[in-house]
Amino acid sequence: MSVLGPILALVILIVIGAALNGNFLSAGNINNVLSRSAFIGIIAVGMTFVITAGGLDLSVGSMAAFIAGMMILVMNAALPTLGVGIPIILLGMLVALIAGIAAGMLNGFLITTLGIEAFIVTLGTMGIYRSLVTWLANGGTLSLDFDLRTFYRPVYFDGILGVSWPIIVFAVVVILGEILMSRARFGRHCAATGSNEHVAHYSSVNVGRTRMLTYIMLGLLVGVATIMYVPRLGSASASTGVLWELEAIAAVIIGGTVLKGGFGRVWGTVIGVLILSLIDNILNLTDLVSPYLNGAIQGVIIVLAVILQREAKAKG
Amino acid sequence: MTAAPILALRGVHKSFGPVEVLSGIDVTLRSGEVLALIGENGAGKSTTMKILAGYQPATAGRIMLDGKEVRFDSLHDGEAAGIVLIHQEFNLAEQLTVEQNIFLGRELRRGLLLDKWRMRDLTQQYLGRLKCRIDPDTPVSRLSNSDKQMVEIAKALSRDARVLIMDEPTAVLTGSEVEVLFEQVRALRAAGTAILFTSHKLGEVAAIADRVTIMRDGAVVRSDMVAAMTEDDMATAMVGRDVSALYPPKPGVAHDARIALQVQGLTVPGHAQDINFTLHQGEILGIAGLIGSGRTEAMEGLCGLRPATISALQIEGQTLAIRNTADALNNGLCYMTEDRKLRGLLLDKGMRVNLTLQALARFGRILIDRRAEDAALAQAVKDFDIRAGSADVLVGNLSGGNQQKLLLAKIMQSEPRILIVDEPTRGIDIGTKQQIYTFLRALAASGKAIIVVSSEMQEIIGLSDRVLVMRQGRIAGTLDGDAITEDAIVRCAMGVGADPDERAA
Repeated sequence: MSVLGPILALVILIVIGAALNGNFLSAGNINNVLSRSAFIGIIAVGMTFVITAGGLDLSVGSMAAFIAGMMILVMNAALPTLGVGIPIILLGMLVALIAGIAAGMLNGFLITTLGIEAFIVTLGTMGIYRSLVTWLANGGTLSLDFDLRTFYRPVYFDGILGVSWPIIVFAVVVILGEILMSRARFGRHCAATGSNEHVAHYSSVNVGRTRMLTYIMLGLLVGVATIMYVPRLGSASASTGVLWELEAIAAVIIGGTVLKGGFGRVWGTVIGVLILSLIDNILNLTDLVSPYLNGAIQGVIIVLAVILQREAKAKG
Repeated sequence: MTAAPILALRGVHKSFGPVEVLSGIDVTLRSGEVLALIGENGAGKSTTMKILAGYQPATAGRIMLDGKEVRFDSLHDGEAAGIVLIHQEFNLAEQLTVEQNIFLGRELRRGLLLDKWRMRDLTQQYLGRLKCRIDPDTPVSRLSNSDKQMVEIAKALSRDARVLIMDEPTAVLTGSEVEVLFEQVRALRAAGTAILFTSHKLGEVAAIADRVTIMRDGAVVRSDMVAAMTEDDMATAMVGRDVSALYPPKPGVAHDARIALQVQGLTVPGHAQDINFTLHQGEILGIAGLIGSGRTEAMEGLCGLRPATISALQIEGQTLAIRNTADALNNGLCYMTEDRKLRGLLLDKGMRVNLTLQALARFGRILIDRRAEDAALAQAVKDFDIRAGSADVLVGNLSGGNQQKLLLAKIMQSEPRILIVDEPTRGIDIGTKQQIYTFLRALAASGKAIIVVSSEMQEIIGLSDRVLVMRQGRIAGTLDGDAITEDAIVRCAMGVGADPDERAA
């Protein structure tokens, strides 16, 4: 059940979608759903490691908004010197990755070195980043220069063989993440740390470093997601990335990763992300239920997923 | 002891799925009698106790209460019949106070509000009967293990138990606390309570029990008056074979044995000061001392598990520094924790993950070689005689003895040349103990150096070539050869003029 559950739910959703709307399985719609899933998906892969190692990060949505704001400010500022071209895009990407790593390190430092609860630390940084981006945008919107935006757009809208870049990047992140989690020493160390950190410590696992690395990795992936996100709208504001953290955490839990840590699976998280996106997509394509009820349906699914997990555990 | 039985099991069977853990057992508890239930881990003692108390239903057979057959559908039925079970793992709400715990679920009220004064008074009375001087307002999380045990017993007192069932009540108690407990058990017995307890310490059984029921492999193999049996008889009945040769013979350490480990000036702040010792290859060095004498902390400090300073450390003649556990492992030094459940094993993982956790680097640089892991597990199961239903069983579901063997196998995966084992046989049965002793001696014979930290005097005496006795964070004495006697260890551990009530362990 714990393995089949999420897959079964996904299949059922696909069948429902296909039955309700002929366009559901069209290449255009699939590409659209997957591209939109990519941001949350990339972040959720990082979140899987954090949660597996017994942590939590509530700050990722605000972090994404803040990184997007930083990117836009730096790129706009560099425009007069660098001009429109590949170097300035690379500069923007570099800023995003460095800002992501730095933000992850800050969370990791406060949690592992100072020993403050992950929930508290990331609740705090969530507020800080959200407020910083509002302040940077002076309460409004930070917009990327129009020419730059036009030049940067293909990173979201183009791709290879009709598969858009966000999907490709998402797929690469998932494959690497899955290998890291299920086959590599790091994944094993994450699971051991989340399962019982004392046992991990006595088994010569560097618990602090393992946790630190999960937060840094998550920060880096938030940076990657932002790189794919900025060309979509070309702007950042106080409402960028709102509730992304909850969607990412929800996807991780629906996928079968245990919220209190000790067990995680990246492929499950992908299924979780797809389930959440498909619900949204189906509601938008059909007029069966108002799309405004999207949140309610997602909420029900999350609770159901955890109930199913628990029953599978009781049986196993 | 001809009192009528209060509570009895008659031909009780219990199966979990296809596995039968009890096959038709008879157990009888009589008013005013202490019954000891003994057996190896996995013999079915815990299940028996749970059925007696109504925590689990029997698959077949009868439960007799005052001569009439009863059915317990839940533990509430058991409690209503005056049967109280005290678990080995405490059943206390850590954040609540002692008083709140004792009255949990049966709070006294005056109108709508809690009658705090009366509950406090009663709590104080119960604790007073146990000669336990803890404040009823202390949160349980701040109590020591032995005080928690006393709170559990006070809880049972508050329930006017007719039948008191205790699962290894002395496992976490010090010597003087065991005495207080036994005094209380005698008082309860005199008041007509039927008492059942389990213990791995046969000395305790002989001291306090009137009758003993011995289980093996889910069946009762013997039930008799304690007076009619020697401790040796009990052990033999439990294991099903003669265990008088519990400890392997000591071949003695060669005079020209190389020095494996030389420690000078090991200090662990707050726990141990200025520890000096030498360990030879092929030697088993015992470290004895009272609980709290700093044995465990000193060894953890040595292995980089907690902050410590060392003036000079030599391993096999090489001077080096150990800052963390990785340094220790790289130099062939490995520590096996005393607490297999909280620090040793991941209980919600399988055996494979546990076995290789400490030595993962040996199973692939970045990616893990699953097949090598499986092979290592198959080998370990064979070498250490780990009895698990299947290879995927969760480690938390293994019996204590099998967990301990797995822990030892896990430690051995990193191929230590110097092995420190802390309480290597705590809470496990005598058959498994014998296996572990034999393994340790064979390891020493192969040239490895071993330190055994233990609270069990017999274990230290039976196993060690040499013994260090610690007292208040310092080495109080070193004993060699024939000088290793219980008397000598106790004298060292207590120091001169020490409180004779304290436990030498």
